[in-house]
Amino acid sequence: MTEEIKKTCLHDRHVALGALMSPFAGYDMPIQYTDIVAEHNAVRREVGIFDVSHMGEVEVKGKEAAAFVNHIFTNDIRDIEDGQILYGMMLYPDGGTVDDLLVYRVATDCYLLVINAANIEKDVAWIRQHAAKFDVTIDHQSERYGQIAIQGPKAEKTMNEVLGIETKGMTFYTFREMDLAGETIIVSRTGYTGEDGFEVYASPVLTCRMWDKCIEAGIQPCGLGCRDTLRFEAGLPLYGDELTAEISPIAATLGMFVKLDKEDFIGKEACARQKAEGTPQKLVGLELQDRAIPRHGYEVLDGEKVVGHVTTGYHSITLDRSIAFAMVDREVAALGTKLSVRIRKKVFPATVVKKRFYTPNYKKN
Amino acid sequence: MDGLYYSESHEYVKVEGNLGFIGITDYAQQQLGNVVYVDMPEVDDEVTAGEEFGAVESVKAASDLISPVSGTVVEGNEALEDEPGLVNKDAFANWIIKVEMSNTDELANLMDAAAYKAMIGE
Repeated sequence: MTEEIKKTCLHDRHVALGALMSPFAGYDMPIQYTDIVAEHNAVRREVGIFDVSHMGEVEVKGKEAAAFVNHIFTNDIRDIEDGQILYGMMLYPDGGTVDDLLVYRVATDCYLLVINAANIEKDVAWIRQHAAKFDVTIDHQSERYGQIAIQGPKAEKTMNEVLGIETKGMTFYTFREMDLAGETIIVSRTGYTGEDGFEVYASPVLTCRMWDKCIEAGIQPCGLGCRDTLRFEAGLPLYGDELTAEISPIAATLGMFVKLDKEDFIGKEACARQKAEGTPQKLVGLELQDRAIPRHGYEVLDGEKVVGHVTTGYHSITLDRSIAFAMVDREVAALGTKLSVRIRKKVFPATVVKKRFYTPNYKKN
Repeated sequence: MDGLYYSESHEYVKVEGNLGFIGITDYAQQQLGNVVYVDMPEVDDEVTAGEEFGAVESVKAASDLISPVSGTVVEGNEALEDEPGLVNKDAFANWIIKVEMSNTDELANLMDAAAYKAMIGE
């Protein structure tokens, strides 16, 4: 089966900038513009701009919107007010993950769900299937939005001075609808880098205009390559690596986003059981003494025995150490456990460490 | 670079008598981007023409190193252990392994600089 590869509204710009392009989640996306290390460091130290137009948006609206979202979502939207955002998952009944997503509370009866590009089709089908029993309308809006992410310590300055978007009083995981250039845009203080930052949802035309302004102002364009190294250092999961149809948020140690005290939601029973009994494997951090790089799929060993696999690993750009997330048997998941990773023909010692390798710098208040 | 032998998988061999200095080409290092780790064999390990002997890793990916010739490793470039980025600075000066070649006839299967340049479209 050959499907035509999709392009975001900014595709021409990436090509013109000479980006290394590669298919990701059905889109031809920029992996890096010149240098993944420079792009990564720009976000940690100054500011960078990402094209994240490939992300999916689904609006849930109607009298029973709150009840419906809470039925398919692990977190509890009753905990937030209009203008706030929650992270959580949609689960299968067995606790496996359909997707991880953000839920924006626009109004009591209106929510915007932001989902992973790779899962758009599957998610929309899942949402529609379960919406049938509720008084809600589902509006798939992915094609309507372009999206840019401005990330880094100077993100707020960039928003204010380059884009002319006022962000005063916005804390992390809040959003505002604003008027800009004659249209209503969504500005949210969110991101996937471990730094302060914003994500802006606007029409494709306005998205291009904002992108151009940032590039003209000398803001570093950043590709998906450093998006992955940045989120990984900050301990953030990627669907497909740390969360899958086989990996529940409990196994991925993301139980804080699963509210077992709320009324029924899909996957609740399985998560409650997993929490009580423990999962056979759980996600841990690993640190190697050597520079060798543990990559996705490599075996984790306890002596000679295979006890798990690496889900993501890099030689960390910020920390200059080789580190990884790995799913390992729970018997060997305790902090400080000495394990090893098979990298090609050799075996390298590794220690179980905390997964948040880099302490995020979010705007909490 | 003239005087070197090149493989289709972008390794080069610089020949001094029976010794071959094996590294990756400047084109290869450009394609890889920042080299953050070089996985090389131990001294006295055997390498075989056409077979993998290690890897060069960028942030995003690991690329196998394929030996252009057969022989015994007499030295690994230890400088690359602490500073793998030397490969980016000067790929031809910073060879990866030094090999005592067991069959110099194999060099005839490799490309010269002009043929290699033609292959990469320069």
